[in-house]
Amino acid sequence: MPTPKDPDFRAQLERQRPYLLRFASLQLRSREAAEDAVQETLLAALAGESGFAGRANLRTWLTGILKHKIVDAIRRASRERPASDAGLDAEAAEVENVFDERGHWDEHPDPWEHPERALEQKQFLEALERCLEGLPERTARAFMMREHLGAGTDQICQELGITPTHCWVMLYRARMALRQCLETTWFGRQ
Amino acid sequence: MMLSCKEAMRIVSQGEDRELSLGERVALRLHVTICRGCRNASRQLRFLRLAMQRLSEDHST
Repeated sequence: MPTPKDPDFRAQLERQRPYLLRFASLQLRSREAAEDAVQETLLAALAGESGFAGRANLRTWLTGILKHKIVDAIRRASRERPASDAGLDAEAAEVENVFDERGHWDEHPDPWEHPERALEQKQFLEALERCLEGLPERTARAFMMREHLGAGTDQICQELGITPTHCWVMLYRARMALRQCLETTWFGRQ
Repeated sequence: MMLSCKEAMRIVSQGEDRELSLGERVALRLHVTICRGCRNASRQLRFLRLAMQRLSEDHST
């Protein structure tokens, strides 16, 4: 087990960089922003080496720091480009196309075959990632904060400067769009 | 008052983010009991959380 006294603590941190970069890239669409967040994390870890004392898992500790850095990056981005409701309405139409004017399914969804098996398949996760990339940027940001960073709705609202209702709508649209996308690109082809 | 499928899906999604009220839970249960499409789709929406967890844990580099 690595300890902070370890002379190659820096090297151990460096070995976690690819993992951290992947984690950050899932949330932050810009490669540059992801690299910055990881860099800040590794620097903070070096500076706060003693914080690691006694902890069992370096990766878990680093991921905890990284989540904070990612939220910082999101906060900066949403301050520069605040969310507008107009954009949100434009996204609405597409997701709700699956319903008729009375709010019933145009085509009733069929069950997916063996979704639990898909979880074990690398290609499925790749398909999921492509579906995530297809989401509108702000919708994806809220959804990834919820499901990837594990943030609560209240934190998402605060960081993105939106109301809880707005937040729930965004999460709903993300889920509906992803359901649709996975059905088309993965489950439907079997 | 019966929920539409669209309303039912919104409640299913919000159930992933907040505690649903008793009224919402009852209305939703009533709806999915008779609506096969919403039964399937609500499983699929909940499955997304599992899929996202798997994606987050995926350590491949």
